[in-house]
Amino acid sequence: MNIYQYFYCFTGIVKREILRFFQQRSRLLSALVRPLLWLVVFAAGFRAALGVAIMEPYGTYITYQQYITPGLCCMIVLFNGMQSSLSMVYDREMGSMKVLLMSPLPRPFLLLSKLIATALLSLLQVYLFLLLARLVDVDIDMAGYFAAAPAVFLIAFFLGSLGLMLSNLIKQLENFAGVMNFVIFPMFFLSSALYPLWKMQEASLWLYWICDYNPFSYCVELLRFALYQQMNVTAFWVVFGSTIFASLFALFSFSPQRGSKVTAMKSKK
Amino acid sequence: MTIVVKQLYFNYGKKAALKGVSFSLSAGFNVLLGPNGAGKSTLFSLLTGLYQPSSGEIIINGYDLLKSKLAIMRNVGVVFQQATLDLDLSIRQNLLYHASLHGIAPNQALHNIERILTQLKLQTRLDDKVRSLNGGHRRRVEIARALIHQPKVLLLDEATVGLDTESRALIIEHVRDLCQQLDICVLWTTHLMDEVTAQDQLIIINEGEVQAQGVTSDLCQTHQVENVYQLYYALTHHKGLV
Repeated sequence: MNIYQYFYCFTGIVKREILRFFQQRSRLLSALVRPLLWLVVFAAGFRAALGVAIMEPYGTYITYQQYITPGLCCMIVLFNGMQSSLSMVYDREMGSMKVLLMSPLPRPFLLLSKLIATALLSLLQVYLFLLLARLVDVDIDMAGYFAAAPAVFLIAFFLGSLGLMLSNLIKQLENFAGVMNFVIFPMFFLSSALYPLWKMQEASLWLYWICDYNPFSYCVELLRFALYQQMNVTAFWVVFGSTIFASLFALFSFSPQRGSKVTAMKSKK
Repeated sequence: MTIVVKQLYFNYGKKAALKGVSFSLSAGFNVLLGPNGAGKSTLFSLLTGLYQPSSGEIIINGYDLLKSKLAIMRNVGVVFQQATLDLDLSIRQNLLYHASLHGIAPNQALHNIERILTQLKLQTRLDDKVRSLNGGHRRRVEIARALIHQPKVLLLDEATVGLDTESRALIIEHVRDLCQQLDICVLWTTHLMDEVTAQDQLIIINEGEVQAQGVTSDLCQTHQVENVYQLYYALTHHKGLV
């Protein structure tokens, strides 16, 4: 196989993911409605109760809406990454994954292409959300939008890999719903997405430690700084390292036999 | 020989699904016949490299499947028992996606798609959503998809499951025609005996073991039975389905 064949395969996978996404309008709608509800309803209610002091990377006092915007962007990416891996478990059980695996190209390349496609979709959703967020006065410099793109992509790649890693560990679709509850919500709530960690430290030290060890907190901080054209070096290295670990684990531990074998065993009992 | 299987074993946990299966197939229409639970789908998953055998050897077009899976997949087309098309995409989009998975350039892929769809009499429905197609047409699209990259081997796992008698007859006729036109090796897996003709190369499998292999008419003669129904009953003690 030559490099052109790899290119056609990669573009084919990306194109299909994008086509599927736009065919499923409810998916696009729910991807945007969820964070917008948080931004408009939750943040409006809490802005009075939760004042945010001057902190990095903000040079002045900011509204609560502004504070939670990076967290909500990461929430979009988290949901998209997990939804994509949910679809992988579904595809594996329903058989569509077999089609992908019938390709004469190496399996890690196929899965990597799928992860990149998922990350690009996340990027698209985040920018649509940021555009809508302007309506509730979440203004970001034009340069900030550009600076955030690589950060969003890296975060999306990490969370997509994490989703794929989880889908490898899950034998059946029914188990995935439980894992979603044990992964998405703890990751989101036990992070700096909704409140700064120093506030958490005031409330409970052990909760603070959990948040501090949660890689999702670093995703949020990486994006928060990037939107203000700054680099949070610690956050970058944590997210980068986590991405390398999760993606390598996900790509090389993938087994198409896992779901179908269980189904076959069930039918034979 | 195009496909050679030697002493293939496979277990689901402690339960043996295949117990030393061996056979060889050449170009032409070959039927793998067996009752439900005989091990056909397991064998199919092994032939497509989705499962790893417990032991044994699979050689396709001269390549060992365990060592050269990617080289083999370039020349193998597969139709799975489960429907695997994307219902929300059109026939064109589904087929272009599959062509891309084989590294085929879009222009070349479109050329191949038009040719195959013409052979399968679906050329006017290129832009129809798969969701709008009936079961028979969806199956034909799956067959077209398996042929886009011009494989030398076509594997079909119960490709007519869930279809009415008329659609079944049409599908099998199309595949037989394609087999002749393209001079490829077709392995047609089924549990339905009316899909077998006297001239087909037949493999009968039951409880994970090959019971017989040869031309259907020769096997009938050897076992002193009149037709495939009696042959099947004699070898498997299953009455079988039509």
